[in-house]
Amino acid sequence: MPILETIGLEKRFGGIVAAQNVSLTIEKGARHALIGPNGAGKTTVINLLTGVLKPTAGTIMLDGRDITALDPHQRVRLGMARTFQINQLFPDLTPLEHIGLAVSERLGSGGDWWRLVGSKSAVTGEIVEIVERFRLADVMHERTAILPYGKQRLLEIAVAFACRPHVLLLDEPAAGVPEAERHDLLATIAALPAEVTVLLIEHDMDLVFSFADRISVLVNGSLFVDGAPEEVARDPRVKAVYLGEEADA
Amino acid sequence: MRPLADEVSAYLKGRARWSPLEIAFWIFAFATIWLFPAKHLILTETAILALFALSLDLILGYAGILSLGQAAFFGLAGYFAGLVAKYGFVEEPVVALVLAGVAAAALGFITSFLVLRGSDLTRLMVTLGVSLMLGELANRYSNITGGADGLQGVTIEPIFGRFRFDMYGHTGYIYSLIVLFVCFVIARRIVYSPFGLSLRGVKGNSLRASAVGVPVKWRLVAIYTVSAFFAGIAGALLTQTTAFCSLDVLSLDRSADLLLVLILGGTGYLYGGLIGAVIYKFLQDWIATLTPQYWQFWIGLVLVVIVLIGRDRIGGGNVALRTYIARLGARLMPRRTDRREAPCRFSKQ
Amino acid sequence: MLTILFDGIAYGMLLFVLACGLSVTLGLMNFINLAHGAFAMAGGYCTVILVNRFGVPFALGLPIAFLVTALIGGLFERTLYVHVYARPHLDQVLFTIGLVFMAVAATDYTMGSSQQFVQIPQALQGQYNVFGIGMGKYRLLIIVVCGLLTVLLQLLITKTRFGSRLRAAVDDQRVARGLGINVGAVFGITFAFGSGLAGLGGALGAEILGLDPTFPLKYMIYFLIVVTVGGTSSITGPFLASLLLGIGDVAGKYYVPNLGAFVIYTIMIVVLLWRPQGLFARSTAR
Repeated sequence: MPILETIGLEKRFGGIVAAQNVSLTIEKGARHALIGPNGAGKTTVINLLTGVLKPTAGTIMLDGRDITALDPHQRVRLGMARTFQINQLFPDLTPLEHIGLAVSERLGSGGDWWRLVGSKSAVTGEIVEIVERFRLADVMHERTAILPYGKQRLLEIAVAFACRPHVLLLDEPAAGVPEAERHDLLATIAALPAEVTVLLIEHDMDLVFSFADRISVLVNGSLFVDGAPEEVARDPRVKAVYLGEEADA
Repeated sequence: MRPLADEVSAYLKGRARWSPLEIAFWIFAFATIWLFPAKHLILTETAILALFALSLDLILGYAGILSLGQAAFFGLAGYFAGLVAKYGFVEEPVVALVLAGVAAAALGFITSFLVLRGSDLTRLMVTLGVSLMLGELANRYSNITGGADGLQGVTIEPIFGRFRFDMYGHTGYIYSLIVLFVCFVIARRIVYSPFGLSLRGVKGNSLRASAVGVPVKWRLVAIYTVSAFFAGIAGALLTQTTAFCSLDVLSLDRSADLLLVLILGGTGYLYGGLIGAVIYKFLQDWIATLTPQYWQFWIGLVLVVIVLIGRDRIGGGNVALRTYIARLGARLMPRRTDRREAPCRFSKQ
Repeated sequence: MLTILFDGIAYGMLLFVLACGLSVTLGLMNFINLAHGAFAMAGGYCTVILVNRFGVPFALGLPIAFLVTALIGGLFERTLYVHVYARPHLDQVLFTIGLVFMAVAATDYTMGSSQQFVQIPQALQGQYNVFGIGMGKYRLLIIVVCGLLTVLLQLLITKTRFGSRLRAAVDDQRVARGLGINVGAVFGITFAFGSGLAGLGGALGAEILGLDPTFPLKYMIYFLIVVTVGGTSSITGPFLASLLLGIGDVAGKYYVPNLGAFVIYTIMIVVLLWRPQGLFARSTAR
């Protein structure tokens, strides 16, 4: 059974169709990339998958369970986490607090009001593990707002990872990251555990082709091509869409 | 467990430890009972205002909810406490206090769902609307509430049957101060808990909060209800210490003044309401001696000036001052954690 | 019953004239101006002084109230408000509440705290009886004047260059600036105009709403309800909301006198529960 599946997903904003008839099938452990020109609707698809937007039609199945009606935080509890194209972090919290928050919630103690933060050793143990994995130990007590962009991007992924998702949705993780810090980031993404399924939106084709075992191409809200990297690379229509040889709608 | 995990754990728990400055603050606060025996009446008002401001800080400073309607909870509990005392339903003041708080919390819970939706303006409107509605109700049913004249004939029994409320307000002050302290300790615990952390997350970025699994709506409902409880306790305290309750507990003035108190003291660190209350009372006393009638004008001017100068600059000055004092305090009484070999730098706040 | 409807419509239209400036300000600059009622009060007192003390004819007193208040509004906007636009909403609330407090206290000091009455000309006193409906002449005037103003506003907004610049700026400030629209000037003029309208409404409404120094505080909630329920993206939204509230309030106070005041609050809460952005707003919230 595929771990993540969408059936006929559609999203309309008034007269504008942002996504139509999007049917994706993603297998467990896959490294799936979603590419397409700007404005194709890739972030819309992620927003639909995570519940930030409600679809006008279609269903979403996570591990065989219909999650179409669930709120974002409920989907996180079921094992789906995401990163945002533009960092969505807590500006006044430290990286330690970010990860602590995610781990607390996941372990079900996020609502405890009578305990002190840091009093559960299981939680702290895990926080530290993630901090070290993402090489954030040297900045973990700094206010996030003043961290360099590359570190913030790493934190963005670390926070999503702290939710221990079965499915991780990465929305342009390398976007805006300066060359010097890219290497760290890409190495971290490559080192993600094999059991975690990853859906990646990216423009950086080197990253896409080195990382993905399956690629879907989204154009104007519809799925254009869906297949193994070699197929997609060879497909003349994909080249046309990216290089604009056809005058299309 | 690896050393880093131990250290992180100790660091996190250490943050919640009572700093020497805090301990000094509360020692001084309780010392005022003996230091200023003639001023107990005004000190009681200050303590009540401090608790009221604390309740707003919980939702404004920690959860980012803009509210002009805390007076609704203050007033509801105030009338509740007055009525149960007047008609003898509940004799023991402490029990009545808690029940009044619960009544306010119930109202808070019900109205919290209104506050969740919409923008800042909507929230302002809804909170204001609720408190004005209650004001209308109190006015309309003046046969119960006493209307503009206020609730008459309220007598408060001695606390635990022993401590009688006296004319000079001694009992009242000690009572209020203890209640303030207890509520403060509870609030402090909440703020340093995982729940409190999630609230700060929601305030900082509610989109990201829900993306890490925080059930944003329910957390906000919870803190709004708790805040209503504290506001209610403050209102009931006022009724019990003055044996009187009138319509102005539900007025816009009260909610607006509360915002001013919190701005004066700063939001988001719990002591803002307390410090702001003291500053406000000083201001009020001082201005009242100058121009008793037009107090409102000067308050308005203070508000305008504060905003024009910039809350940040005042808040920034506040933060800078606090950080300086905190460092001073740390140097005076170094904590255990300082002595360890720390590979990471600590940055407080 | 039709008289009640008539009265409700008059009340509603008056509310609209008073509140539409606030609606545009909020929609345009995302600025919560709780001091809007103070401008209305200024207009009211201006007319009272002119008509009662200086014997200026009522018909002249109204436009003068508009002009004076518009001037005051423009002045305040350029000197005070402009510093607060970029601030968070809490600051705007504090600032404008501060202004209201100052205005109320200053008015109390200079004019006394008792209610003021405008000397309405003979011609406007009494009522017509049309098909058994009692139409107060003064209320009829209100309906006519406010109706004309509404039409004028709608025309201004939809048919003039300024109107389209205003609509562009409300829609997306950054893009409007990018197109070369002087958003600062648009806002200054609009704010002045809106304040002027509030002043005119205050002058017209003195007779019906009662004019005393606490006017801005008493009626602020009504203006805010109109804006919240009606939304800020059109003129028709607040217009319909005002009518709804006006009729609801008058009918409520007549049929259920004990709870009449609640009708307005209840409508507001119900609407906000159902559509947090207001009945007529676009789906994109600010």
